[in-house]
Amino acid sequence: MTLSPHARKLLAVLTFGVLALIYLPLLVVVANSVNPSQAMTWPPDGVTFEWWRRAAHSSGAREALVTSLQVAAIATLLALLLGTLLALALQRYSFFGKNSVNLLVILPIALPGVVTGIALNNGFRGILGVDLSLWTIVVAHATFCIVTVFNNVQARLRRMGTSLEEASADLGAGVLTTFRLVTLPQLRSALLAGGMLAFALSFDEIIVTTFTAGNGATTLPIWILNNMFRPNQAPVVNVVAVVLIVFSILPVWLAQRLSSDVEAVR
Amino acid sequence: MAATSTEQPAPAPALRGPAARPGSRLLHRWVWLRLSLLLSGPLAWMLLVYVVALAALLITSLWSVDSLSSQIDHAWTLDNFRTLLENEVYRKVAFRTVAVALTVTVVDVAIALPIAFYMAKVASPRARRMLVVAVLTPLWASYLVKVFAWRVVLSEGGLADWTHLGSPGYGLTAVILTQSYIWLPYVILPIFAALERVPDSLLEAAGDLGAPTGMVLRSIVLPLLVPGIVAGAIFSFSLTMGDYITVNIVGGANQMLGNLIFINAGAANNLPLAAAIAMIPIVVMLVLLTAIRRTGALENL
Repeated sequence: MTLSPHARKLLAVLTFGVLALIYLPLLVVVANSVNPSQAMTWPPDGVTFEWWRRAAHSSGAREALVTSLQVAAIATLLALLLGTLLALALQRYSFFGKNSVNLLVILPIALPGVVTGIALNNGFRGILGVDLSLWTIVVAHATFCIVTVFNNVQARLRRMGTSLEEASADLGAGVLTTFRLVTLPQLRSALLAGGMLAFALSFDEIIVTTFTAGNGATTLPIWILNNMFRPNQAPVVNVVAVVLIVFSILPVWLAQRLSSDVEAVR
Repeated sequence: MAATSTEQPAPAPALRGPAARPGSRLLHRWVWLRLSLLLSGPLAWMLLVYVVALAALLITSLWSVDSLSSQIDHAWTLDNFRTLLENEVYRKVAFRTVAVALTVTVVDVAIALPIAFYMAKVASPRARRMLVVAVLTPLWASYLVKVFAWRVVLSEGGLADWTHLGSPGYGLTAVILTQSYIWLPYVILPIFAALERVPDSLLEAAGDLGAPTGMVLRSIVLPLLVPGIVAGAIFSFSLTMGDYITVNIVGGANQMLGNLIFINAGAANNLPLAAAIAMIPIVVMLVLLTAIRRTGALENL
């Protein structure tokens, strides 16, 4: 198949055009963070770092950030553990009900967030009778983060095959020793990638969080949502948004590094 | 759930040295023991946390709220579902929600196909890596930041006004625009991944055998992309259908199902009705998931 130079050019223009449109709103937010106008009208009136100073001193934002990091870290650890176990079970064994288990893992992320949110909210308060807190957020987040770890680990296991593990067993290593010294090291980058995705998913999640947070804990997205509509807080929210945009580059860079490592090994 | 077979041949070799410990030997011999040790934790979590919660939601939707005491009345009733069917507002909102989700999905797939194709098959390997990063970065940028960005762009006196193209203002158009924007990377990535797996030689062979470009794209590339497209479409459809925050921020008065669920679960204090409304997206998604299960797209999520 040969694409005409004309078609190639068209595709390139389309691709870079859409990419430019993707970055435009983000750049507007960045520009507005130094816009003296509180109404954030375009074009900016000038340059000021007043909002950055105010944001740096916002204790609400800082506490929410710490809560978000805590929730994401614990939820990621739980997801890493449960997702890896599931991937090992589903990739290495066949058993009755395997497809149902597969569907069950996908469900919390395939069903709309509002459904997961209200189901867990009702489950926590209605059935278990527990108060919403940081821990209810953690349980909710871990539940839909399992699938990202599961997917990454399963894909790696599929490519890895079982020959190294069989060799290890033939040479006399026990099941656990083989897992620790042979399987786990091969899974390392998949676990890192899955864990990073899970962390980002949890850190960013707002819909399920609004249903499972109550007054017990405020994550950063909830703080942003609560302050977005307050006219004198909006510029501070804007600065927090810029910080989040900048930090979103970090995982992408890490992921690229990871995947080039993998290629180098191959 | 019993182990019926295993990928490894059954007779275990005689164990020597440190492996001869009893625990390890047990694990080595009994596949079902290994499997149940692996499965029991995650399965218990998913069943106890999620399946029980979903089942309880279904049960709650069959209860009602006493209008005097505003306590939940645990007598069985189908009133909530009757309300959903008979009250025009719910039909309208349900229809609007599905329509918006479909529009967003179609828009995203239409934009994602050429871009993913350019990234995977036209761009040089170096440019490809950069493009992947360029597409991925906004995916990692916070969801709220992106909705907020659109609120700022579309606001009165904002960038959209300034360009003289005019802002659509806050409303359904803004919701569709914002949603398409937010979920676009989630649609590009699976399609790009599927395209990367299509070998170039296959396309060259088709071309050498005389197939015109359009035909190669239609009868060779597109069928191979179906799982990727379906995976991306599930993401954008489901994410749009359940979203009520974008609607709150740029949507104006046009509510979607998510808003009704949120309001009834919270301010209106009618959890049973909220649960009944939540059954609509659940049913839509379950029908969708069963319908596409055969395409193998679920494994690509």
